[in-house]
Amino acid sequence: MDDIKDDSRRRFVKGALWTISATALGPGVIISAKAQTEVTDLKSYKPVFFNDSEWRFVMAACDRLIPADATGPGALEVNVPVFIDRQMKGDFGLAKDWYMKPPFLKAVPQLGYQSPLNPAQTYQKGIAATDKYCQGQFGKVFAELSADQQDQLLTHLQKDDIKFDDVSAAQFFAFLLQNTKEGYFCDPIHGGNKDMAAWKMIGFPGARASYLEWVEQHNVPYPLGPVSINGERG
Amino acid sequence: MARQEKPVDVVLVGLGWTNSIMGMEMTEAGLDVLALEQGKDRDTVPDFAYPKMADELTYGVRLKLMLPPAKSTVTVRHNIHETAVPYRQLASFLPGEGVGGAGTHWNGHSWRPMPEELRLKSYVEERFGGDIIPKDMTIQDFGVSYEELEPHFTFFDKVMGVSGQAGNIKGQIQEGGNPFEGPRSEGYPLPPLKRTYNDDLFTKTAKAHGLHPFPLPAANASEAYTNPYGMQLGPCNFCGFCERYGCVNYSKASPQTCVLGALKQRKNFAYRTGCEVLKVELDSDGKKAIGVTYVDSKGEKVFQPANMVILGAFAYHNVRLLLLSGIGQPYDPVSNTGVVGRNYAYQMTGGTTMFFKDKEFNPFIGTGGNSTTLDDFAINQIDFRKEGFIGGSYFSAAMTNGQPIRNMPLPSGSPSWGAGWKKAVKENYGHSMGIHTHGSNMAYRDCYLSLDPNYTDNHGLPLLRMTFNWKDNDIRMTQFMKGKIEMLAKSMNPDSFKSSYKDFGTNYDVRHYQTTHNVGGSAMGTDPKTSVVNRYLQSWDVHNVFVVGASVFPQNLQYNPTMLVGGLTYWAAKAIREQYLPNPGPLVQA
Repeated sequence: MDDIKDDSRRRFVKGALWTISATALGPGVIISAKAQTEVTDLKSYKPVFFNDSEWRFVMAACDRLIPADATGPGALEVNVPVFIDRQMKGDFGLAKDWYMKPPFLKAVPQLGYQSPLNPAQTYQKGIAATDKYCQGQFGKVFAELSADQQDQLLTHLQKDDIKFDDVSAAQFFAFLLQNTKEGYFCDPIHGGNKDMAAWKMIGFPGARASYLEWVEQHNVPYPLGPVSINGERG
Repeated sequence: MARQEKPVDVVLVGLGWTNSIMGMEMTEAGLDVLALEQGKDRDTVPDFAYPKMADELTYGVRLKLMLPPAKSTVTVRHNIHETAVPYRQLASFLPGEGVGGAGTHWNGHSWRPMPEELRLKSYVEERFGGDIIPKDMTIQDFGVSYEELEPHFTFFDKVMGVSGQAGNIKGQIQEGGNPFEGPRSEGYPLPPLKRTYNDDLFTKTAKAHGLHPFPLPAANASEAYTNPYGMQLGPCNFCGFCERYGCVNYSKASPQTCVLGALKQRKNFAYRTGCEVLKVELDSDGKKAIGVTYVDSKGEKVFQPANMVILGAFAYHNVRLLLLSGIGQPYDPVSNTGVVGRNYAYQMTGGTTMFFKDKEFNPFIGTGGNSTTLDDFAINQIDFRKEGFIGGSYFSAAMTNGQPIRNMPLPSGSPSWGAGWKKAVKENYGHSMGIHTHGSNMAYRDCYLSLDPNYTDNHGLPLLRMTFNWKDNDIRMTQFMKGKIEMLAKSMNPDSFKSSYKDFGTNYDVRHYQTTHNVGGSAMGTDPKTSVVNRYLQSWDVHNVFVVGASVFPQNLQYNPTMLVGGLTYWAAKAIREQYLPNPGPLVQA
């Protein structure tokens, strides 16, 4: 159950729909309606990785990194925190594919990631350190600050202006921003990009993956909306 | 004690392009052939089947077709005085994993080398004088000529079903092709791919400047096609999931789509996956290989006896295996002795992105080889003495995918997050195109591969250590290209443009994707003092070991390496079949 990319879990989540959705990318209207009804409601979602205070931080930070406004959906509207929570329990959070053997030496940044912490540990330490810092500065945790204060804090993290004892502020921010954008634009199968709303905003057709007859139609907006791997249509 | 398997005539280490080809050639010669592949078995169905391949996060970002560093990686440092640290997370280059290797996840760019590139040192000396070669630049001739390889390029074109427009057939310049290429004996097997909007815009601009744009030679089939092995390719549908993905559509040339389906039918061919070769075993006097030791998928050590060993793993894995096996003398840059690991080189790239509010590019309509290119600034077109560098680049206006996590170019000054970022994303997605330079990288005395003294893999064996940094010669080359590209970009009248080229003092940065075209370390050549294998890719030291792949390049081309890798493999296979098998022993006397 920990690895959301595991097929058995996918089948569990999608139930019987999974077995037919792969072939339903044609006239899949009914599938699509059903698929949408089972999309997670962020308010009632129970995190599988983050604890309550961490979850409040992630929700608040995502809301500032991609806020909701008239331009298009915000990170919370498309379930980015759900995506991040699931990633932390999966291969990415655990750095399963990375070489994580010691010694961990200090090197110039150009030689790449050299932290002994995996992304999940970086989040946990980063959130705790940021909340502690905010308590010291403002007497409140990050999630309770005003939007402006949160933006300032995030900027400080990004620029590595704040030094934490046990985690790099800039690395923590880098994971947070990277994962937020991933959750915004990924296929909904991963928990983010709910209703493919981020794809609709920019005009990306998702998993359609077949355009031969459109190649030579130059300087014309592509007319069809997106489809997802599970056969949702937008 | 290692379990011992039944002997075979030939053991192939790795099963990507090179050893798929070797499998065909060696089985055709009647030999019993076994391939050992460290990764998983992979085929179009079920591994690349639609729709699961159309998943940017899993394959484009999390790189699930690549070799995880957790299993094997390299260490990197910028100079010989530093301690190297592990390349812990893939980014700069992406070695493939499993059957098909890097030939599964590539884009299909199928360039032949220029004749001059194969004899680069001689070309520079004859044309400009040897004094322009910097003291520590260790460029060499390949020891094989374009003319010798030409028939093999032509055959590999047909195996892959390359779509393109020839520029030079038997010395006759062809309209719409690359007028600067070496003479071809015949045109491409398939016509060029359909052209996207960026192609048209770039073509008009380049022609207005008196340049010679042409379609990139693409191993993405433009039409239905059957290759000489009877393998069938379908027309590419511009799905926009090419590089980093397996092809859902049997359109992109790969070992799977072009070779393995035929090879697997042969009774004298077998392959085992999940088998990681640790060492080539030598006889008591070290002159002959007797087989290989590998760890199988259950973790058991196995000795596989064989009469011939062909190393066809990813370029730098070949070099590591030679070092771990004690074949050839390891290179030492201080004393400038030894050869194994010498002349490692990478590739010099850069680009300019132009933004057009009023143009719709639909960037998701793309394929790996979808690009209009030009070669007016190629190696054989530049006065090296005048410009002060040795090298060259092709230019490419490519539109390969619109995957929004990775492919979201934004104008300079756009915020990286927040409401301003989202606005920039909405306003700019689909309204930009790029022109890129893809160029040569010379070899230097202090850029090399060796075994790392500190870090090991899961078997306790040392990782390979890469010592590499950019040199002024190559920076001057890319800065020259920057000037030319920005001139073209400005004349396209974009609302804005931004450039990214390496500048003097820039250190090699492993954090950003550049290319997977790592070359060298087991250079081919005519002198055993400066090469690991002879002109037939045979080890100078152990005559029944052959090394195939980009590890044999003595420096890097300005092009993508696959066509030369394939051409050289057929060349070596011919030598094995016609010369080595009747009379096993060194094919060239040292």
